[in-house]
Formats: sequence, structure tokens, C-alpha cells
Amino acid sequence: MLGLVILLAFEAAGYAVRLLLHVPLPANVIGLILFTLALQFGLVRLAWVEAAAEFLVKHLMLFFAPVIVGTMAFWPYLKTQLLTAALSLTLSAFVVLLVTGKAMQLIGRRSRGEEREHKHEL
Amino acid sequence: MNFNDPLFGIVVTGLAYMAGLAVNRKWPAIHPLLVAAGGIIVFLAATGIPYEAYKVGGDWIEVLLGPATIALGVPFYKNMRRLRHSLAPLLASVSAGTAAGMASAACLVWALGGDRTLVPAMMAKSVTTPIAMDIARMLGGKPELAAVFAVITGLFGSVCGPAFLKLCGVRDDVSVAAAVGTAAHGIGTGRLVRESELRGSVSGLAMTIAGIAGSLFAAVLALIGG
Repeated sequence: MLGLVILLAFEAAGYAVRLLLHVPLPANVIGLILFTLALQFGLVRLAWVEAAAEFLVKHLMLFFAPVIVGTMAFWPYLKTQLLTAALSLTLSAFVVLLVTGKAMQLIGRRSRGEEREHKHEL
Repeated sequence: MNFNDPLFGIVVTGLAYMAGLAVNRKWPAIHPLLVAAGGIIVFLAATGIPYEAYKVGGDWIEVLLGPATIALGVPFYKNMRRLRHSLAPLLASVSAGTAAGMASAACLVWALGGDRTLVPAMMAKSVTTPIAMDIARMLGGKPELAAVFAVITGLFGSVCGPAFLKLCGVRDDVSVAAAVGTAAHGIGTGRLVRESELRGSVSGLAMTIAGIAGSLFAAVLALIGG
């Protein structure tokens, strides 16, 4: 329970930062950044939050189910744009996957190569 | 039971999710959310129970999306050494992927002769839903439509992303997770985190970077476009 309260407190902190400092990011993303920093600097101990966080992260998909059901309400509009919307959404999603995946693969390979050289020098 | 009671939507969502997990255990190729969300939609349509009645309880489940996203800090923290090493490559590849996604979305809608109002919402589709809404707003589009596209893209990327990447020869954990997190934000991360903590944390980090990069690109575009 303590874990859940801490996580909710970081979400509230995210809202506060967004409101007061006009950070153009959603509260949960700000909260995630703050929470990670708090763990890293030992302000929050892993043991306090671990059980709650592991449960929530494990079931992250569950919390999206109502959001997906909510897209139903847009069906009448989407129907009129079905082909364009479906094609551009799927093709563009493939572009994102391919560009990110290939770029990461290339850079990753190079940096692993450098790491090997570096170890060699040592 | 009164269908407008939050308990109704909560129980229906919980049962549908458990059914999704059970189906996924038996047939791993079937995405649990496809079964869960699809099952709820079919159930509501078959019984004639209005979406508004379901939403009362659905909203209760959705409240936990905030703390669940923040909880990704735990896998970040546990994989910090590995992540720190990948941070610069992630920044570069996730920004490239996000830019390519926004450009390709705009070009595709235009080339296919789609409705102009689709463009900003489609450009915002790959980032986490609340950021997608902000981006669409910045680009003069409809935030609600952007939210719908973001959710559908997340589901699509979560379902098809790993198989598509395998087909393209991208197989290592970090690259797959970077791509799925960038394309399919939290919904993709939700899938990967069940596979391994490393995949989940890289995907979560990619999702965060994609959200920040996407907002920056949109701010620049809004500035140029006036």
C-alpha cells in the first residue's frame, strides 16, 4: 500500500510541476522522471515501492483496456476515412519501427565494437 | 446490478483481461489486449449495454494508468547500468524514428487524399496518448482524434511490432525494445515488460524520449508554420 501511495504522490508531483513550471509534458511522464531520479539518489528506497510497482508494471496492459474500448466512440467518423486512416497509420507505424530498430542496431553494433577495442587497450 | 455502478465496468474489464491472459498463455501469438478490448466491445454490442455505463467503471481502471506508468521507474532503476550505456544511441535512434514517423504520417495522409484534419492527429500517433493530444493541439488538430490514433497505433505496434522487426532482421533485445517503445509507447511497453525486465525498461525509456522528441519537433513545426 505504501508503494501505491508513493507512486500516486509522484503523479501528483508531476501535475504540480506541469502546472507551476509549465513543463509541456504530461504529469505521468514528469512523475516517471522524478521517481527514477528519486530512486537513483536514494530518496525513495526500492523496498518501499518494489511490490506495488512490479504488480502495476506487470499489468500495465490492463489499464489500457478501457482506453482502447473508448476508441469505439469515434467509429462513425473513422468509418468515413477508413482506408486513408488505416493505411497511413499502419505504414507509418512500420516506418517508425524500421527506422528506430535499424538505427539502434547500427549504432549499438558500432558502440559494442568500440567497447571491445576499449577493453583491449586496458 | 445497476449497470451504471462502477463495479460493472471494473468487473467486466478485469474478467476480459484475465481471459486475454489465459488465451495468450495457450496461444502466445494472440495479444491479450486484442482479446480483452475486443471482448468488451463485442460484449457491450451484444448485450446493448451503453458504452457510457461501461465507462463509469472503466475510468476507475484507467486511473491506475498514471501510477503504473510511473512504476516503470523501478525497471529503469534496476537496469540503470545497462540503460546508461545505451542512452546516447537511444536518443539518436528514437529521435530519428520519431521524425520519420511524423514525416511519413503527413506524407501518407496527403498522398492518399485524406481529410486535412487527419494530418496533425496522424503525425502525433506514435507518442504516449497525453503527449499525442498536446502535439495535435500544437499543430492545430483535434486532440481527441490524436488520442484515438495513438491508442490504435499503440495496439497495432504492440501486436505486430516484434514480428515485423524479426522479419526485417532486427532481433537483439535493445533494438527491438527501442523500436516498439518508440512506435507503440505504453501499450508496446506493456507487452515487452512481460517478456523481460530489460526489454520493458528500454521500451519505457524509448517511449519517454519519443514523447519529448515528438513535442520538440511539433513545437518547431508550429513555429515555422506560424
